[in-house]
Amino acid sequence: MMYPDKRGYFGVYGGRFVPETLMPLLFELEKAYSEALKDRSFWKEWESLLKEYAGRPTPLYYAKNLSHYLGGHIKIYLKREDLLHTGAHKLNNTIGQVLLAKKIGKTRIIAETGAGQHGVATATACALLGLKCVVYMGAKDVERQALNVFRMRLLGAEVIPVESGTQTLKDAINEALRDWVTNVKDTFYVIGSVVGPHPYPRMVRDFQSIIGKETKKQILQKEKRLPDFVLACVGGGSNAMGIFYPFVKYPQVKLIGVEAAGHGLNTDHHSATLTAGEPGVLHGMLTYLLQDKVGQIKGAHSIAPGLDYPGVGPEHSFFKESGRAQYVAVTDDEALEAFQILSEKEGIIPALESAHAIAYLIKIAKDLPKGALVVVNLSGRGDKDVASVREYLEGKK
Amino acid sequence: MRFFGAKLIEKRIKSFNKRGKIALIPYITAFDPDKSATFEFLKYIAEAEPACIELGFPFSDPVADGPTIQKAVVRALKNNPSFEEYLELVSQFKKSFPDIPIVCMTYYNIIYRYGLERTISEAFTSGLDGFIIPDLPMEEAGPWLRVNKGRGLGTIFLAAPTSGLERIKKMARLSKGFLYYVSLTGITGARDKLPEDLTLRLKNIRSLIKIPLAVGFGISRQEHVKMLSPYADALIVGSALVSIIEKEGKKAGPALKEFLLTLKNANS
Repeated sequence: MMYPDKRGYFGVYGGRFVPETLMPLLFELEKAYSEALKDRSFWKEWESLLKEYAGRPTPLYYAKNLSHYLGGHIKIYLKREDLLHTGAHKLNNTIGQVLLAKKIGKTRIIAETGAGQHGVATATACALLGLKCVVYMGAKDVERQALNVFRMRLLGAEVIPVESGTQTLKDAINEALRDWVTNVKDTFYVIGSVVGPHPYPRMVRDFQSIIGKETKKQILQKEKRLPDFVLACVGGGSNAMGIFYPFVKYPQVKLIGVEAAGHGLNTDHHSATLTAGEPGVLHGMLTYLLQDKVGQIKGAHSIAPGLDYPGVGPEHSFFKESGRAQYVAVTDDEALEAFQILSEKEGIIPALESAHAIAYLIKIAKDLPKGALVVVNLSGRGDKDVASVREYLEGKK
Repeated sequence: MRFFGAKLIEKRIKSFNKRGKIALIPYITAFDPDKSATFEFLKYIAEAEPACIELGFPFSDPVADGPTIQKAVVRALKNNPSFEEYLELVSQFKKSFPDIPIVCMTYYNIIYRYGLERTISEAFTSGLDGFIIPDLPMEEAGPWLRVNKGRGLGTIFLAAPTSGLERIKKMARLSKGFLYYVSLTGITGARDKLPEDLTLRLKNIRSLIKIPLAVGFGISRQEHVKMLSPYADALIVGSALVSIIEKEGKKAGPALKEFLLTLKNANS
């Protein structure tokens, strides 16, 4: 069985829960995407841009020092998405979607962003391909991520601060959806993760799967076998889905998604949707959500702004339920420690998001069997986080 | 015999149409600013003789709503309302006004969370007549329609300018009570002007469907009512009322009634 099914479901999760105005647009998008799937020239253009412009393939790096530091009995590889242009995996998807938008004659791109990484990647793709770009960003995030706001503006995008609700990522998505409902004719909504109504979760998965495809090829070259464990952080879940997906059909490869436990799962300040949430409907999809008894969506928290989202891609909900992947959570403090360890041991400053995956590996390393082969998706670089980590560490002293 | 649910809604809209009276469907958000104020507002609105009342249950992420209703939702959520309390409010109102149908406007997560079967069976007990769920398009409505099958509650779908006539026909067949036609591509909110081709679109749609056609989004002025009343069976007015509540707070009741009466007199 191939997922999603014709109605956009992964098991019982997914679907298209959007206002009627958008339904015909989603049908149009689905049709355009299934035509693109058969169009070799489309994928050739995408691949060539990722190679010549963005720097793919990214290395699969054997982290010898970290392996040694964690006991020397396991072999750790890092998939270096941090080395991709704009500093994270996000560009794989935005180049794909903006190319598709262009192909179907849309002239205006809208996007949401939390920390600004997807906003920057969308603005970059739009600058490259010559489309107008509008990015919605929660007013609180605009304040917290001033540098990324400036980067987007430098790239020619218009950044609109969203004052409603919690003024963070979920509200930016709401506002982007409202824009799309209003500007149906010329506008294409570039969603940044494996979330939203069908066909977005599938489409974003397909674009991000290049991470896992390369990883598989590279690990087979280097180790002549598949990895035992693949770890990735999960907010909406696009970098995790991207590296997981090509391994799904190999049951010997254990897939582990690491969510943000923030101040702790026993508090109200975390983003561990799969670990601590319950199914519901938000942003066009049926999936695990952080919500209260009545069904109001709760604010999420994480020190990593890219994980700060109260929902998660529906295919992850499906993997959780089928048991194909395991989902766990680490706290802000654990992620911060991993952020420093990776910097010191390997000379790689990871994004705080990716530091969550490293943190979980640090936690379980001693229990892993001798000779275990582990791949961690290092989804982004940490330059964007250096200022806030500094503040955090100095504040703690 | 006393009617309820979809039948009550349809009968009442038709009786307004027959008598040449403008059938208005006012919307307010429950618990804005609190529960007792909402009950007061409903009584004043009832005095203006609406065809039906659309009472919103607030949801934290109202993607189909514009700034006016978003702000109302923020005010309402300060009371931490439960769906049980909402149904109590409806039942309290229906005790005094059994002939005025009330439909609930809320997003699907609220109902999903409460339980589809539980929502419908408790809606009956409280006297609620139907539901409008803006993020539940017909492709996703299967489970909801199955639970309501043969039970007579109003299931009102929204049709949009992007829908196309084939979809609209299908939606009209699935809708019970009325079909809600969204006047423009966009979100809720008062507009100075409505799209010029709207009356033509309404004319086409009305010739295709059997149930009453209600139109909403943007309607906020006497001239809108005048322009649209020949082409629709009922007119939905929301944000214009909600902004009165925003301005007047708990004492908005008389102003709500007065505003509705002004709209109803558009043709005289």
